[in-house]
Amino acid sequence: MMAVVRIAGVTLLALLGWQAVVTLAELPRFILPGPGLVFTTLWTSRALITEHALVTATEVLLGLGLGAALGFASAILLAASPAARSLLRPILVFSQAVPVFALAPILTLWLGYGLLSKVAMALLIIYFPVTSSFFDALMRTPPGWLELARVMNATPARILWRIRVPAAMPGFASGLRLAAVYAPIGAIIGEWVGASRGLGYLMLLANGRAKIDLMFAALLVLAVLTLLLHASIDAACRRLWKS
Amino acid sequence: MTAAPALHLSGCATIDGAPIFGPVSVEVPRGRWTCLLGPSGVGKSTVLRLMAGLGDEVTLEGTVGAGDGAPLGARVALMAQSDLLLPWLDVTGNVTLGARLRGQPPQLDRARAVIEQVGLTGHAAKRPDALSGGQRQRVALARTLMEDRPVVLLDEPFSALDARSRALMQDLAATLLAGRTVLHVTHDAAEAARLGHNVLLMTQGGITSVPPPDGPTPRQFDAPETLEYQGRLMRLLMVAQ
Repeated sequence: MMAVVRIAGVTLLALLGWQAVVTLAELPRFILPGPGLVFTTLWTSRALITEHALVTATEVLLGLGLGAALGFASAILLAASPAARSLLRPILVFSQAVPVFALAPILTLWLGYGLLSKVAMALLIIYFPVTSSFFDALMRTPPGWLELARVMNATPARILWRIRVPAAMPGFASGLRLAAVYAPIGAIIGEWVGASRGLGYLMLLANGRAKIDLMFAALLVLAVLTLLLHASIDAACRRLWKS
Repeated sequence: MTAAPALHLSGCATIDGAPIFGPVSVEVPRGRWTCLLGPSGVGKSTVLRLMAGLGDEVTLEGTVGAGDGAPLGARVALMAQSDLLLPWLDVTGNVTLGARLRGQPPQLDRARAVIEQVGLTGHAAKRPDALSGGQRQRVALARTLMEDRPVVLLDEPFSALDARSRALMQDLAATLLAGRTVLHVTHDAAEAARLGHNVLLMTQGGITSVPPPDGPTPRQFDAPETLEYQGRLMRLLMVAQ
């Protein structure tokens, strides 16, 4: 309850500050519109924004699901096989030296202007954090459990599946929490590079036509969507590891 | 359970060239409870780890094995200071862990009986975080019993418990593990005085056997002969280098 009051207070303060800047500096509405105007636009353009928000949400959820599944599988493969580790880890680290943003134009070229290139961007941007945090957790199983399993004559495959994977789930969860915040960034970058639908596309379009109030309205919706995604993944992870 | 073998270890152990224990000889007679008593850092746990087939990091110049010459591999159960319960499994799941890890069907009826033996009837569906420290160590004992191995290695399993829980656990373990070859590493003279059919005192100087009083174990903790023997062990620990 206290948290809700605190968040509401901070939000109100930020909105007041925003309006104060606009009023005191006498900024024109095509440079920085006040919160009142943005909320009005949000309401009047709700159909347009919803249509584009659904596209972005689809891209984000698909990218998140696929990236999480791929990261989960990769981390297990890396943890299970020293050969895979020595072969793939340098590639994985090198792939992180290439900025994912720089790949966006190429992905658009390869996969087209539609959904696929944005899903691929979201997937690429979350793949490494998910793989890396889950893999690290898989390699840090408390040694006492592993020794107990060894004395019980367990096979490595069963140790992996029955002890190391469940013990590493909190690491997978923290990877997912990061992914929830990163995936929308990937989708938006993809839309900026080339798209005809989505919140990123809408923002660029509004910006180009000096409809800054619409741009801010779309940005607000994107932020809220990201926060909701993060909160629901966080809640799901908490429930899973508690019960 | 197959017949309980004797255990022996002799030689010197090093880790990366650093000596862990000097030339020693440890004899653990079959079907008896042997306490390996000594101060921290003297290499007691290393002896136990070598017998459990663990100590990969240890270089042993000497021999370790069973008296009957057969490999110890599938004849050993281990109980450590930490209960090593898996927090995502309930009590039954933890007790039947060994079978699951070997790909065998868990014997749920036997698990229920073993859980009853350690006094945890009614707790079978609880997770470890809902149990007290003493109860958790009882689950660890149940898991050890469930393995039904002729050799049981105990690495200070009761040292983190309060005095009352510890005494109750000692009684329970002594009763339930009777007939098996037990090597019990401990730094507690009172514990060795209660439980050991044999007590081996391990110090920097080596290993000496200190014969305990006659009579059945677990010995009464306030019996004069137990206390006198405990005092003697304590004196030997104090004069050791």
